[in-house]
Amino acid sequence: MSDKPTIGRRDFMRVAATVAAGGAAWTVARRGDEATVWQLDPAKCVQCGRCATNCVLNPSAVKCVHSYPICGYCDLCGGYLQPGAKARNTGAENELCPVGAITRTFVEEPFYQYTIDEKLCVGCGKCVKGCNVFGNGSLYLQVKHDLCVGCNECAIARNCPAQAYQRISVRTAYLLKTRDSGSGKQG
Amino acid sequence: MKLKHLAAAALLIFAWAHETQAEFRFPMPEFESGYKHPEMNTPLPARIPAAVDITVLFVALGATAWSVVKLRSRSMVFLIAVFSLVYFGFYRKGCVCPVGSLQNIVNALIDRNFAVPLVVMMFFLLPLVFALYFGRVFCAAVCPLGAIQEMCAVCPVQVPRPVETTLGLLTYAYLGLTVLSLVTGTGFLICRYDPFIGFFRQGASFNMSLVGGGLLLIGVFVARPYCRFLCPFGVLLRWVSLFSRWHASITPAECIQCRLCELSCPYGAIVVPTPSDRPVDRRTGAKRLGLLLLLAPVIIGITAWTGMTAHEMVARLHPTVRLAERVAAEERGLFAESTIDSDAFRAGKQAPAELYAEANAIEHRFKHACAWFGGFMGLVLCGKLIRLSVIRKSSDYEADRGACLSCARCFAYCPVEAGEAPVEDPHARS
Repeated sequence: MSDKPTIGRRDFMRVAATVAAGGAAWTVARRGDEATVWQLDPAKCVQCGRCATNCVLNPSAVKCVHSYPICGYCDLCGGYLQPGAKARNTGAENELCPVGAITRTFVEEPFYQYTIDEKLCVGCGKCVKGCNVFGNGSLYLQVKHDLCVGCNECAIARNCPAQAYQRISVRTAYLLKTRDSGSGKQG
Repeated sequence: MKLKHLAAAALLIFAWAHETQAEFRFPMPEFESGYKHPEMNTPLPARIPAAVDITVLFVALGATAWSVVKLRSRSMVFLIAVFSLVYFGFYRKGCVCPVGSLQNIVNALIDRNFAVPLVVMMFFLLPLVFALYFGRVFCAAVCPLGAIQEMCAVCPVQVPRPVETTLGLLTYAYLGLTVLSLVTGTGFLICRYDPFIGFFRQGASFNMSLVGGGLLLIGVFVARPYCRFLCPFGVLLRWVSLFSRWHASITPAECIQCRLCELSCPYGAIVVPTPSDRPVDRRTGAKRLGLLLLLAPVIIGITAWTGMTAHEMVARLHPTVRLAERVAAEERGLFAESTIDSDAFRAGKQAPAELYAEANAIEHRFKHACAWFGGFMGLVLCGKLIRLSVIRKSSDYEADRGACLSCARCFAYCPVEAGEAPVEDPHARS
């Protein structure tokens, strides 16, 4: 039948297309792209509060982290206390955190340790702002990768006014502040 | 005099030293009680290796192809769909899905620096390769978006063909808009408007749940509305599936033209035989085709022009353009309050003029992209019209290879399949 050569050509095209597809996949594999994750750069962050509201998860996968080595362990903590708080104690009316996720514990005179309870933290960044305005900037936001679902296009990154989000290698999955990297204070 | 200089120098040095150290407002304490800093909790993602996902995808595609082409079992296809919904949907949370991977591939073609991981590449290619050989088996049971709609298609009705064809144009529009938003750097539209990912994640915004729930509700009667009228990846699968090698056939042997399968397809994917008593007038057909071919450049020109005129409106999809408009309006004093975005912009180093220039450049890109998008839609429209005007002769009830989702519903309607028909075929039930 006259159909035969047509089928042969089509089969050839099919195989060719499959081989081309395989070749493309092979090239990509050999390029050795390593896995990447979303992370926010605390130096760019402006604490707008969208990390708490724009994540596809509720509560957000963004949490406040605390770099203890750069913390001043202050009694009067800009990240813990409301501006103009009447007393420097653990009273709820004095706390800045809307969900009470920061615990204040006495270390030694005159130092206090501030610990973030990640189960409570919603990533609103209020304490981050406080710590940046009056403090060392040791409190800052990070995407926690045990929670993040790794969206193809991060919903927070899309809405971040400071373009602080980027994809980074999974090997260095966090952008942490250290004594060398500075406080990353804004303007 | 000298003393003054010295003092000034000392002050300078002090200021400089202060500048480098002033990174921290408060000194870090030295503890006497032997207190140690607590460790920071920085967990790594507990990701499933890419090889597992690729293998599962491959096996699921293979199993579906086998169930459709060889086994001809609807229940088997349905079972695989349940598995895909559980694994790719609820367990893997619907990301990355082949529908969305399309964007990564297009983005990589536009931007050389954009890396496409192997798993994304395979999720894009494997469904297409399978479609090239077995038709849209991916749509049948492997796609989690398709599977969730398949579960909801309880009493599907047939959509009138004109409505089906017209709404089908939306898939092309969605594909075009997806590419447009990637070319202009607006973002990943498919991911943003994925209607069902909220269910997979067990958490969604109100709008997302409304759209997703609405689509599933419609899907009870109009089966798979997303797949047929929206899915941009379906366009590619449709094109590839037209050339498929072993596509599902309604009857296992020879069609006896009993018409029993006619109403079985909820997707309008069954090609009805051309009636023999109504001979096709070749001349009218040729005339119509000629007219369409002549008109095609005009139609494409009109749609391209329409696209170009609408570019300023479409450009507002881009966040930078929106920000520039907002900042400009605020400068002119149209708004009393600033937004988070304009505040962040003013806190940054960029000057408003630079922002406007950037927004203008983006709008320029939109002008071209919108013209191309309009042209593409015109081309699609012409293609559809030409396809409608060309009458192809078919003598049997066959699956439309482009539209057929290989769901295997029609098999059960075929009396040849059930062995009740006079035609005997020894291979029929193998």
